[in-house]
Amino acid sequence: MEALDAYEQAGSDASYIAGGQSLVPALALRLQAPDVLIDIAHIPDLRGIELKGNWLRIGALTRHAEVLAHPLIRQHAPLYSDAAPHVAHPAIRNKGTLGGSIAHADPASEFPAMTLALGAELEIANRNGTRRVAADAFFVDLFQTAIEPGELLVAIHVPVVNANHRWAFHELARRRGDYALVGCGILADVIDGAIAQIRIVFFSVGNTPVRAAKAEHALIGRVIDADAIAAAQAAVIHDLDPPEDENVPPAMRRQLARVVLGRLLGDIARQAP
Amino acid sequence: MTAITALDRPNSYIGRSVPRPNAKRLLAGRGRYVTDIVLPRMLHGAYVRSPYAHARIVAINADEARAAPGVRLVAIGEDLAKLCTPWVGTMDHFKGMKSPPQLPLPIDKVVWAGQAVVAVVADTRALAEDAAELVAIEFDELPAVVDIDAARGPDAPVISPELGSNLCFHGKIDTGGVEDVFAGAAHVVEEEFLFGRHTAVTMEPRAIIADYDASEPKLTVHHATQTPYQFQDIYARHYGIPEACVRVIAPDIGGSFGMKLHMYHEDMAVVGLSIMLERPVKYVADRMESFVSDIHARDHRVRARMAADADGNILAMDVEDVTGIGAFSAYPRTSVVEGNQVYRLMGAPYTFKNYRADLQVVFQNKVQMSQYRAVGHPVACTVTERLVDMIAAKTSRDVFDIRSGNLIPDDAYPCASPTGYKFESLSHHACLAKIRALMDYDGLRAEQAALRKQGIHRGIGIASFVEITNPSPAFYGVGGVRISSQDGAIIKITPSGDVRCLISITELGQGTETIVGQIVAEHLGVDRERIKVITGDTETTPHGGATYACRGAGIGGETALQAAKKLKANVLAVAAAILQDEPDRLDMEAGWIVDAASRQQRIELAEIARIAYFRSDTLPPGTQSQLSVAHHYAPEGYPFAFTNGVQACHLELDVETGFVKLLKMWVVEDCGRVINPLLVDEQIRGGVVQGLGAAFFEECTYGDSGQLTNGSLAD
Amino acid sequence: MSDLVDVSLIVNGSEVSHRVPARTTLADFLRQTLELTGTHTGCEMGVCGACLVVLDGQVVHACLSFAVQASGSAVETVEGLTERAVIADLQEAFHQRNALQCGFCTPGMLMTAYSLLSQPGVPSREDIRDALSGNYCRCTGYEAIVDAIETTARNRAAGGDAAAREEIDA
Repeated sequence: MEALDAYEQAGSDASYIAGGQSLVPALALRLQAPDVLIDIAHIPDLRGIELKGNWLRIGALTRHAEVLAHPLIRQHAPLYSDAAPHVAHPAIRNKGTLGGSIAHADPASEFPAMTLALGAELEIANRNGTRRVAADAFFVDLFQTAIEPGELLVAIHVPVVNANHRWAFHELARRRGDYALVGCGILADVIDGAIAQIRIVFFSVGNTPVRAAKAEHALIGRVIDADAIAAAQAAVIHDLDPPEDENVPPAMRRQLARVVLGRLLGDIARQAP
Repeated sequence: MTAITALDRPNSYIGRSVPRPNAKRLLAGRGRYVTDIVLPRMLHGAYVRSPYAHARIVAINADEARAAPGVRLVAIGEDLAKLCTPWVGTMDHFKGMKSPPQLPLPIDKVVWAGQAVVAVVADTRALAEDAAELVAIEFDELPAVVDIDAARGPDAPVISPELGSNLCFHGKIDTGGVEDVFAGAAHVVEEEFLFGRHTAVTMEPRAIIADYDASEPKLTVHHATQTPYQFQDIYARHYGIPEACVRVIAPDIGGSFGMKLHMYHEDMAVVGLSIMLERPVKYVADRMESFVSDIHARDHRVRARMAADADGNILAMDVEDVTGIGAFSAYPRTSVVEGNQVYRLMGAPYTFKNYRADLQVVFQNKVQMSQYRAVGHPVACTVTERLVDMIAAKTSRDVFDIRSGNLIPDDAYPCASPTGYKFESLSHHACLAKIRALMDYDGLRAEQAALRKQGIHRGIGIASFVEITNPSPAFYGVGGVRISSQDGAIIKITPSGDVRCLISITELGQGTETIVGQIVAEHLGVDRERIKVITGDTETTPHGGATYACRGAGIGGETALQAAKKLKANVLAVAAAILQDEPDRLDMEAGWIVDAASRQQRIELAEIARIAYFRSDTLPPGTQSQLSVAHHYAPEGYPFAFTNGVQACHLELDVETGFVKLLKMWVVEDCGRVINPLLVDEQIRGGVVQGLGAAFFEECTYGDSGQLTNGSLAD
Repeated sequence: MSDLVDVSLIVNGSEVSHRVPARTTLADFLRQTLELTGTHTGCEMGVCGACLVVLDGQVVHACLSFAVQASGSAVETVEGLTERAVIADLQEAFHQRNALQCGFCTPGMLMTAYSLLSQPGVPSREDIRDALSGNYCRCTGYEAIVDAIETTARNRAAGGDAAAREEIDA
């Protein structure tokens, strides 16, 4: 691909730019100063949303506003749709891209976390071809992903939800569009009333989106009732290790996470079987 | 059918909600802010800032920057010190107050993180910033004084050793008898209150263009400020330019809130840079620079107690306030005014007589602190009203009840507060009764109780307050500060019978020009569309205090009113000469000279103007028409015009998350005679929302080393 | 980043072509190169909303695009919308309600309102507040802005003419 060649030519001091809604502020603040910006906004391969069997392929350049409104995403990857209204503000959503948000991997962002909650796979291109990385292995550290220098996120592949799936999204932000103090998305596979599989993912609680494995474990095989919710809430405290923050101390984030988890599980329990 | 009121008379504008004529320009995107202005041969400044809160400047190497593309000048502290005399932000009537001298750029050391150290001027802002990155400054870091207690400790590093300590000012008020009252009181409540640093965050950051022309000489400064005359004085005195050769123009201003009336080092430097280059130099603070260099406000720790008798009658207050102001006192308005207003406004709405307070104003290695909207009021009000509520709780009295029992009676004026403020006329009880009805207090309490049973937590709060407005010369003037308490207006009738009013109060979007137009139009009996109000240019408008401390309408409005009356008398004198009538039998209405009794039209104003300007030969001998007047007005008597009000708040608390949802706010404020209700409501709404921002969301936070930790709009 | 690049686009209906440094943002291009100073910059990081413009039919932050990225696009600013008189009723509602003080945020507010009111349906006050969540105003407290947009939405829905005025209590 032309963009990959351009990166190769530019050497290491280059950046891809798509929507630019995170990159340009960093440039304006002179926090980053790449010699070369490679505009990928017009590459057709990075666009489009299509259903391929049990997978929904979402082009990396899909705008947040499209994520918000697109019927295929609403039907097959609904956590993205539920999260989208909370992503920044309308004008940012008109320009910002799903792939850009995921590749940027801001731990306070909704889309990276929902990518993990949906169990998506990330299609990454390099000069040798493309590879797919599971979301569980994608988010490495603060603003760090499995994407190597020069590589480009091409598409997000989401396993489509089926009739057994229940999901819920919630975030606690002090004002609409603010970064959430704590946010969470849950995708549960409910068979005969009991949780067969569940993915609980928090954001704004650490260096990456965080799967709450202990809380998930506490719920497997159980009907979501008050006891199960309490067990999950008790467990989730141990899943999270929020960073020290003067305004929002770790204990407060854990408490907020506990509350959000309780409310989301309540939502899921109330969803029609 | 509604009754005919005074507002139905022709040209009755005072008291009427009319929109702002000058807002149409802003709505069309045709505002002209300093940020928009481009002058021929204009250059752009950028600054290299200190990363340290406190450090000695060891060496500056700017060779690479000087050689960078587009760079015209790199200036350091010594360069500007040759042109600009130092300034000291003290006021005489704050006894014992001290502050170190300031220069545009520091020479020896930096005293806050973000302080500008080196100026770079280049063809574009981007090139100036590129070059600024090439300047190498060697610092020797010093221990930072951050905490207000540590700053006063015996081992504290002293930021300005020549001052002997980090104490800028120590003030005390004591009416006597406080200890005895507390010892004998049935109830004593006490609390410690922490108020974080806030800042104005105007949507348009600070912006300035200095344009020095050595040939006249003449300095023209396009300055986003509330107070052009104050800066005309400052630039003239500190750069040694005759005042008449200094012109300060304040065009459209993108918000100010008190922030844009202080001396900023970068702004002072820009004037010097323009003098050095003899070219216009522009500097616009970017948002990050704004957070680290605009004044902050409200950094207070207050420990306060209140005594009451068994019935909840307040007997005394005892207050200790410590406030951190940065490394020096701001210029020219100082950094003590806020603390002074905090400890004098404490308890101001209430009748108690015994008061003791201790104010310590402390230097620290943070950005300067000074006046920002509602100077001191939120601190004094919060402390007082919280203590009153605590007394109410102790004595099982309702929050309205405790206030109506303790507020100064509406018929007790004139009177003085125990802190020395003289009140001419306030209306606490009338306001309290009004807000109680407005909010349906009893209904809300019933609803609150019912919802609590369902696990829904609603809160209701009220706060009475006294507000300082319209300062007289007793404040800045007596303090030795060259800030005017008077304002001036020039009003003239044009040959077509239109009216131009040049006035010294300034427009910041609150509607100054609109209300002045209303006042002048009403008193001259002309349609307000025929009046043009001109503000914000020291070259054309008379000298005045301009706009701060709610003085625009109070002092500027009165100036316009008196000027209009004076001009009217002049017009009627000419009209009487033409009509061979007596001036006091004539009046002005709808652009006509009318018979005062019958309102019958006698002669058009435009015709008077035509005759006066072009056919004075037809006037009786000795008639010299004076269709322009200049008039000044300063308040006399009371040092301030105090006003008062009460606010109420209704909110819901999510007890699991601590999140608060604001349901409603009510405000009753005694504004006196309202000139334009639309604009007054808008000011109050805007002020309340800015206050809510401070109460819920905003604080400039610092780390242990004196670094601002949340200096962007995204934090 | 300081290399010069050619930028050609349509601004307010007219084709413009300039050679500017590659790092020139769309906001700086509009304000400085084209002297369209109605678009304001308040934060230069996509937070305050003062720089919003219409880019190919969608409202975006001019401070978060490089001018060169907008090459081939059509941009409309507050000056263009004003000239086309497509927001005349909105501007009149803002004026009558005094939904601005200093006016610095106002062009961005108008852009957001223009976009919101271009969508089908009549937005609720909650919808309006949501749409304005990326527009900062420090003067007004937003209430009058919401009022003015709501009035315009209702007047448009009622088929009111473009200059529909809101009643103001005297």
